[in-house]
Amino acid sequence: MAEKVIIIGSGPAGYTAAIYAARAEMQPLMISGREFGGQLMWTTDVENFPGFPEGIQGPELMETMKKQAERFGTRIVSENVTEVDFSSRPFTVKSDSQTFEAESVIIATGASARWLGVPGEDRLKAKGVSACATCDGFFFKEKEIAVVGGGDAAMEEAIFLTKFAKSVTVLVRGDALRASKIMGERATKNPKIRFMWNSQVAEVLGDQKISGLKVLNNKTNETTEMPIEGLFVAIGHEPNTSLFKGQIELDVKNYMIVKPGSTKTNIEGVFAAGDVADHLYRQAVTAAGTGCMAALDAERWLASKE
Amino acid sequence: MDFSQDTFDQQVLQSGTPVLVDFWAPWCGPCKVMSPIVEELAGELGGKLVIGKVNVDENATLAQQFNILSIPTFIVFKGGQVVDQFSGSMSKEMLKMRVEKHV
Repeated sequence: MAEKVIIIGSGPAGYTAAIYAARAEMQPLMISGREFGGQLMWTTDVENFPGFPEGIQGPELMETMKKQAERFGTRIVSENVTEVDFSSRPFTVKSDSQTFEAESVIIATGASARWLGVPGEDRLKAKGVSACATCDGFFFKEKEIAVVGGGDAAMEEAIFLTKFAKSVTVLVRGDALRASKIMGERATKNPKIRFMWNSQVAEVLGDQKISGLKVLNNKTNETTEMPIEGLFVAIGHEPNTSLFKGQIELDVKNYMIVKPGSTKTNIEGVFAAGDVADHLYRQAVTAAGTGCMAALDAERWLASKE
Repeated sequence: MDFSQDTFDQQVLQSGTPVLVDFWAPWCGPCKVMSPIVEELAGELGGKLVIGKVNVDENATLAQQFNILSIPTFIVFKGGQVVDQFSGSMSKEMLKMRVEKHV
């Protein structure tokens, strides 16, 4: 029998949708992905989620959301979704080992950290190349490391990494930061941080572990080699929408398009919540908010079909 | 099971059965994702494979010795030798496939 609602993804949007859908007796099935919890699992202190005046650790916040969703009867499948078919109802959703049918679907697959895509990067992941400063910063005590990126995330990582590293070089592609003023100032004032402008990583060097970078100056076209022992990539995110291409309407940046003021996609009965449909706010609390909207939208839509 | 610097030689390197070691730390989100998966696998493969954890925060020397630069990192030891090493979070099925080769 078809599920009333399947929720794909398990970040703040997915869990909030699950809490609302479960309390509305829609018996939601969540396909959480192999990694539950979304981007907050990669962070430490979350200081801006309302209700936690002392702050809360990202992974801890996600565990509490999971418990809350389960408390009201959400069933969770810890697999990745591999294929969807929204061309006829009930919709079909396939995961690693199972096939499900659903009257409605809430897509909350979020966004993932972007990699550089240069030679050496993939080979040296976990050997000095990292996208998780909070996980891996510890291993770079008194080492010279580099951060790539000019936005808030890059500044945050660079500042965090100065707790461990001897020095942090921030490679910025342009000649100015994209980061907010407050974050830019904090980074600029930090004596352990220096900036290299107009700089792009052309190659990550090293054999068993990272030994340095080939850096291209995009103004002079000169390439220099720079010895470093760690590389942290913070160049933004891309939405996890490739699974839905050709079925759900995406914008030029590949984010899902929803009808303004709702979570409705171009397909009736399919809703999108959280970062997968938001390149502007991208906050845990906005994701939770749209997750709630998606559950309510799905509930109303199902009621209208009865 | 928790391994430490003091017990590592005896419990891992001298072990008659292959050992899967999960290098982790309490501040690491992806490690928390993997913890229950590793424990489930330990239940399923009990006897064929010893599975245990090393807290890198408390055992920095071990982390250094095995060149851990990212967590979670998993190392499979057989007869005191490293036979496989990989990092990051994955599903139980993927982890099982990866370690069963060495059993």
